[in-house]
Amino acid sequence: MDAFLNQVFAGLATGGIYASVALALVMIYQATHLVNFAQGEMAMFSTYIAWTLIAAGMPYWAAFFLTVAIAFVLGVLIERIIVRPVEQAPVLSVVVVFIGLLVIFNSLAGWIYTYTIKVFPSPFPKEPVHVGTHFFSAHELGAVGVTLVVLALLYAFFRYTPLGLAMRAAAQNPESGRLVGIRVGWMLALGWGLAAAIGAIAGMMVAPTVYLDPNMMAGILLYAFAAALVGGIDSPGGAVLGGFIVGVLENLLGAYVIGNELKLSVALVLIIGVLVVRPSGLFGKIHVTRV
Amino acid sequence: MTPASPATAVPAASSKPRVAALAALLLAVCALPFLVSNYHTFQLTLVLVYAIALLGLNILTGYNGQISLGHGAFYAIGAYVAAILMDKFGVPYWLTVPVAGVVCLAAGFLFGLPALRLEGLYLALATFALGVSMPQLLKYQHLEKWTGGVQGIVILKPDPPFGLPINQDQWLYFFTLAVALVMFVLGWNLLRGRVGRSLVAIRDQPIAAEAMGVHNALYKSLAFGVSAMYTGIAGALGAIAVQFVAPDSFTIFLSISLLVGIVIGGLASISGAVYGALFIQFVPNIADQISKAAPWAIYGVFLIGFMYLMPVGVAGALRIGWARIKRKAGSNEHRSG
Amino acid sequence: MATLLEVSNLHAAYGPTRVLHGIDFVLEDGSITALLGANGAGKTTTLRALCAMVQTSGEIRFGGARIDGRATEDIVRLGIAHVPDGRGTFVNLSTEENLRLGAYVRKDKRAVEQDFERIYAYFPRLKERRHQQAGTLSGGEQQMLAVSRALMLRPRLLLLDEPSFGLAPLLVREIFDIMRAINQSEKVSILLVEQNAAMALDLADRAYLIETGRVVLSGSADEIKQNDAVRRSYLGY
Repeated sequence: MDAFLNQVFAGLATGGIYASVALALVMIYQATHLVNFAQGEMAMFSTYIAWTLIAAGMPYWAAFFLTVAIAFVLGVLIERIIVRPVEQAPVLSVVVVFIGLLVIFNSLAGWIYTYTIKVFPSPFPKEPVHVGTHFFSAHELGAVGVTLVVLALLYAFFRYTPLGLAMRAAAQNPESGRLVGIRVGWMLALGWGLAAAIGAIAGMMVAPTVYLDPNMMAGILLYAFAAALVGGIDSPGGAVLGGFIVGVLENLLGAYVIGNELKLSVALVLIIGVLVVRPSGLFGKIHVTRV
Repeated sequence: MTPASPATAVPAASSKPRVAALAALLLAVCALPFLVSNYHTFQLTLVLVYAIALLGLNILTGYNGQISLGHGAFYAIGAYVAAILMDKFGVPYWLTVPVAGVVCLAAGFLFGLPALRLEGLYLALATFALGVSMPQLLKYQHLEKWTGGVQGIVILKPDPPFGLPINQDQWLYFFTLAVALVMFVLGWNLLRGRVGRSLVAIRDQPIAAEAMGVHNALYKSLAFGVSAMYTGIAGALGAIAVQFVAPDSFTIFLSISLLVGIVIGGLASISGAVYGALFIQFVPNIADQISKAAPWAIYGVFLIGFMYLMPVGVAGALRIGWARIKRKAGSNEHRSG
Repeated sequence: MATLLEVSNLHAAYGPTRVLHGIDFVLEDGSITALLGANGAGKTTTLRALCAMVQTSGEIRFGGARIDGRATEDIVRLGIAHVPDGRGTFVNLSTEENLRLGAYVRKDKRAVEQDFERIYAYFPRLKERRHQQAGTLSGGEQQMLAVSRALMLRPRLLLLDEPSFGLAPLLVREIFDIMRAINQSEKVSILLVEQNAAMALDLADRAYLIETGRVVLSGSADEIKQNDAVRRSYLGY
């Protein structure tokens, strides 16, 4: 029972990471109907920026927040400069541009930081936490906590602030958004900035466990895709729930059914399964165009 | 930024100067292995291999509009089929190529069936997942006795048959060339006829195509199958040339390389496959000397740059440039005539 | 009365299809002016052109200054509120959120809260449904919401595109009465596009008749009402 609970909790911890990246994906999807294939690499690159700051002597939380800010600006710039010209272009062109971004970030990280793995610090204590008779890793608890805080802040932003309302409106109905004076283009840029910031946080939470290297996020991105699809690609709440579901599922299947070696294939099967059987996921409303 | 216009994508071959040019090209291509080193011959063999793979991907993505970010998986399947047949069953190398083709035809067709329900972005997502998860599948311990696990399989370089006075690299080059010629002629025939037009119609106007009697579902699945077959054959040839298959040779970056190839070479273009193959074979070689990461940075910049500046690829740009030259020559003739 | 809106030689096209072929009209400050015409005449396109939602050439002057060539978001900030055809409601947001968005560009927070009360006084049904998802409102309520959202801007000029579309006549009359009241008490000028010529001419002071992208007739509402050709083609008697 102990082992099972530990697996579930470990699954929730990684699930929180998937939930964050899935949320970033959904935010961009809602506003643009596009899936950002480069989301994982952007998160990885931001984590390297954090690593650089910490290695230069900056205290952890200062580096954390500075990285989040830098990632935000990076996201805004990418949307304005690289994505905007192709936003209306055919799907293939957009996908190619996103893959191009993926590849550039991956190779930039490899070029600047080399491919040797690096240790990334965790802000949480090393000693495990006792809850009754169970042990939980402090980092896992902390990561879940950080994820939940970020999600709560985002929810409050979108629900209760004028800017959040404007962003939601612009994503749903850009034309009407313009008619009430919303600068829709900048709302998109803001969405990208937020998505990049969330990705950076996810990267910094996962790096202590999997060690920092340029290919760190590839598998995680796949799981985030699966999570977003399971929850509903246009439902932020769904993406979060999907993330936790996928995280727990991955761990339980890995521990009890297929072993840890085929985890990515699980993501593949989930993705294809959801797309074929129930494309709108658990909570989504979107209609996947069928031929 | 739409792909090249379908009507002009497949050139007619009947004009005399064109045939003469192609013959001359063929002659030059056959002479090459005797003029360059063995290593360069090997590289040229790989160019041919990639060209076949790119033609395969182009049939699916360029002509039929189905985005695949996972074609590296079919390349891998073809490569492993060839390696396993040669290593475990002693099948002669030349037989493994058509077998790999058939296996991948089936695999592609089967993958194409659920893919029928997926459009654009979602298909890209699903094939991306396929490409990312392939290496892990190849490393799976329960398949290890076939696949050789992480270490992969080493295969022997074939000898030239009938005691021909050429070395192994040269023989492999001609063997690959022969297969490539067959695949290209086959593809050219397919694409310039009714099949090609149907594929393009499905890409551009799927509803109209269905209304005009094109069986969309069948064609799309077949396109997947044929495309996978080409890439699988390329994979088999590649495995034979490289003499080695291992899971980490077939990561998502292989799929991305193939995508780069058709974007640079030109979507919906047969000659584009060759230009793209030249690019993805030689650019990493040159860029590698700058840094290990440089080739990919270049790929990324080229991918984005080509989408903005040259969406028709090299083949398309050449075609447009050639048309402009012909027009100028034609108008000069009018004036002087 | 000063001229609030002056449109000269307005051409508009959707891609290669030209829809407006040189529209000229003026709107006096404080008036209600109607653009009439059959389906496809170009009335909706004219309103969209005013808000830079379609490619145009020609001159548009608002309060004396040229606004053609400026972005939609900037035109809104000058005080032009457009109720588009189809309502343009944010269907996944609540009624109250839709109204709040109408005041997005305003900086006077307290006045905005007061305006909520004023709008709810005109349209009590919206107050009842303030937290309801806008997409679940009835057609009439959504039209009220669309007009109210535009009014939350405290616009100088209100553009109404086919407000009667799909609504029962009694409801249309209710909305038009409120429009008249707003025009008189708050001095909001109204440019009204309507297929229902009879109801439009009852509300408007002036009217322009548009056919295939050109203005073919203009005059006071009474004059237009009594014009024989108009009576036969558009008023049915």
